[in-house]
Amino acid sequence: MNRPEAIAIGCSMGGFDALKILLAALDPRLPQVVLVCCHTAGNVEAMCELLASHSTLPVVEARERGPASGNTVHVAPGGYHLLLEHDRHFALSVDERVCFSRPSIDVLFESAADVYHAALIGVVLTGANRDGADGLVQIRSRGGIAVIQTPTSAKAAAMPQAALDTAGTDYCLPLEEIAPLLNRLCLT
Amino acid sequence: MSTPPPDTELEQLELDLFVEALKRRHGHDFSQYARASLMRRVRQLVHDHHCSSISALTAQLLHEPDFVIQVVQGLSVPVSEMFRDPAVFRALREQVLPILASYPQINIWQAGCAHGQEAYSLAILLEEEGLYERSHIFATDFNPDALQRAREGIYPAKDAQQWSRNYLEAGGSLSLASYYSARYDFIRLHERLRRNITFANHNLVVDKVFCEAHLVLCRNVLIYFSNPLQNRTLTLFRDSLVRGGHLCLGLRETLDFAPVAVDFTAVDPKLRLYRRSSQPTSGNRDESP
Repeated sequence: MNRPEAIAIGCSMGGFDALKILLAALDPRLPQVVLVCCHTAGNVEAMCELLASHSTLPVVEARERGPASGNTVHVAPGGYHLLLEHDRHFALSVDERVCFSRPSIDVLFESAADVYHAALIGVVLTGANRDGADGLVQIRSRGGIAVIQTPTSAKAAAMPQAALDTAGTDYCLPLEEIAPLLNRLCLT
Repeated sequence: MSTPPPDTELEQLELDLFVEALKRRHGHDFSQYARASLMRRVRQLVHDHHCSSISALTAQLLHEPDFVIQVVQGLSVPVSEMFRDPAVFRALREQVLPILASYPQINIWQAGCAHGQEAYSLAILLEEEGLYERSHIFATDFNPDALQRAREGIYPAKDAQQWSRNYLEAGGSLSLASYYSARYDFIRLHERLRRNITFANHNLVVDKVFCEAHLVLCRNVLIYFSNPLQNRTLTLFRDSLVRGGHLCLGLRETLDFAPVAVDFTAVDPKLRLYRRSSQPTSGNRDESP
């Protein structure tokens, strides 16, 4: 089995609170690249600062052409899709919305799957649409690992439910148990 | 590092061959486009045209002469809005136009104009600041279909509400509705806004400097370019700009990886507003003797 190189997390409605809990419980030694796509209309810079005060890892807005560095949480900027190039640098796009969203979780997941192949964990958290479901299919088809928040434990169940129905999953867990799982998968 | 499964490697090879076919058969060079977005758009084309693979798309591209039009259309995906990022247009109105006002004739190059939304936004700014009579906007794109749409200035009415809010946030003193007429589900911008705009075909990948500009606006176009093509394009902008001329990029674009950035000074780095420096610092100028 491949040791994961990256974790890609998608969330929407209720996502900010979920991220606070998840990022607070990640092991600060995680060497992986952590990618986050959260459908927030607001200011991503401010969101990064707020998340950073809870997170064990540094939280930054992903920078166009910047490197996807490990041991860091990179958040997709507002209004742009976030993608990865094969040299593990970020690219942005203003292509049309996917699932009414830009940034879109599907776009991030698919692009990350192209780069990390099986060494990728895709995580779908709370949300009220179906973004992330198709992206999770792509991650799984390349041998990556899927983790979905139990819909009944999510503030909005639609997104994790759509991911479960469309992609299936390797793990389906309540929010509090996701960070411990990621720590285990990434450090052992 | 993981070993890529063969199908992923194969798809990358198919993309290479597609790009090569598009270039050699039709003269459109996408080889310097950033790969991740290009792959996404090509996969979308495969899906939309019910092809079984990128290779099948390539075959169609090679054997059906007219198909290239749809392919180029799919690869350019022009998405924009009027007064997008209002703070930028407010800064243009309040900080840049007063400087441009000192020139007897003002030339503006808007590169990658897509359906014309930003070119018309500029025209409105200039009109309201009393500068439009002595201004000319060169709005360029490589996609002929997008240029045609831009010339028409017709947009879905459902977009107008957001655009009106943008306009007001950008410091507009009237109502955006005073610049268009609404018919059914569409709005049509007034013809007089177009009087000093030239919509023209220009391809940033291959074409050269064509005007002396006081302001170059190119937002969210360079994000699709590889680092070398980004640098080439910025060099083109530098060589088009008068000394001290302004450059306006997209809000999340960065010059950090472009060597030619030394020839620009940040005016408002948060809004990605720059000026061409007065002193030459790097070589390869078109105008040098």
